[in-house]
Amino acid sequence: MSRRRGLWLAGLLVTLVVAGFVSYHASSSPDGLEWAAGETGFADTARDSATAGSPLADYAVAGVDDGRLSGGLAGVAGVAVTLVLAGGLTLVLRRRTGRPAVDAAAGPARD
Amino acid sequence: MHVPDGFLDAPTSVATGVLAAGTVALALRGARRELDERTAPLAGLTAAFVFAVQMVNFPVGAGTSGHLVGGALTAVLVGPWTAVLCTTVVLVVQAVLFADGGLTALGTNVTLMGLVAVGAGYGVFRLLVALLPRTRGGLLAAAGAGAFVSVPAAALVFVGLFAVGGVADVPLGAVAAAMGGVHVLIGIGEAVITVAVLGAVLSVRPDLVHGAAHLRRPADLATRPGLHAEEAVR
Repeated sequence: MSRRRGLWLAGLLVTLVVAGFVSYHASSSPDGLEWAAGETGFADTARDSATAGSPLADYAVAGVDDGRLSGGLAGVAGVAVTLVLAGGLTLVLRRRTGRPAVDAAAGPARD
Repeated sequence: MHVPDGFLDAPTSVATGVLAAGTVALALRGARRELDERTAPLAGLTAAFVFAVQMVNFPVGAGTSGHLVGGALTAVLVGPWTAVLCTTVVLVVQAVLFADGGLTALGTNVTLMGLVAVGAGYGVFRLLVALLPRTRGGLLAAAGAGAFVSVPAAALVFVGLFAVGGVADVPLGAVAAAMGGVHVLIGIGEAVITVAVLGAVLSVRPDLVHGAAHLRRPADLATRPGLHAEEAVR
């Protein structure tokens, strides 16, 4: 039990550090699709998303001028929302067996 | 890899939307078999982790970058159906809150990264797991190969969609060459990150890794002391 929680907490810490700090050092070069679109001449067919005016658009918090802080806060917010949505969904879908350890060990082997 | 609005015409976007919705519906059923009290919390965390790592574009070659897609990594960690759901949640959050990937292109992005990257990555993984030695190294090699293949696979499916419903009239061969070439390079990064993360989780909690069930099965059956014990700990 404590080891499971240990992995979960360590994973959450790494996730928050990546989203909150490491993300600042991401390459700002166009990604593979943007680059290919530019090379072959269809980049200008891209349209702004309807959410382009979102307060978190492009991984920056509107109104926060410091780039490092703005991107870090946006990343942490995204982690929180993703964790709540995906965590909530998977908790709803999970099997409630009462014998989790035995069942989990046998479960994946059957497919 | 996130497709913006405008690249593909409306009929193609509707078609990929229907395909994505059908895939998610199937995944909602399939994930019930993969998730239990122990693995469900890991699945939520895996989605959040993929969101975080997708923020970190790494440079590939001159003036280009890529980021983890995470299809193979998520599928091996928590199971392929759960991986479809995790990837879809990440893509919805990115499109709605961060304007990363178009809203009308959401079905396309779920198709490319949820269906194709997860499907190709996990398919290659399972194939190689059956062929390679049943060891930790064999598992990591299979996962790395699945991760590597998943990225150009998704890129080439985009080219196929572009051939059907691309708005711009540009030479298809050039699009295929550019997309395929750059995504082979990004696939190397995908494989490196996948193997590193999976190796780390395997070293602390191999019992939580969906794709490592074949490594631990002997331990579960080891009521006869010592028979397969050494195989199980590798």
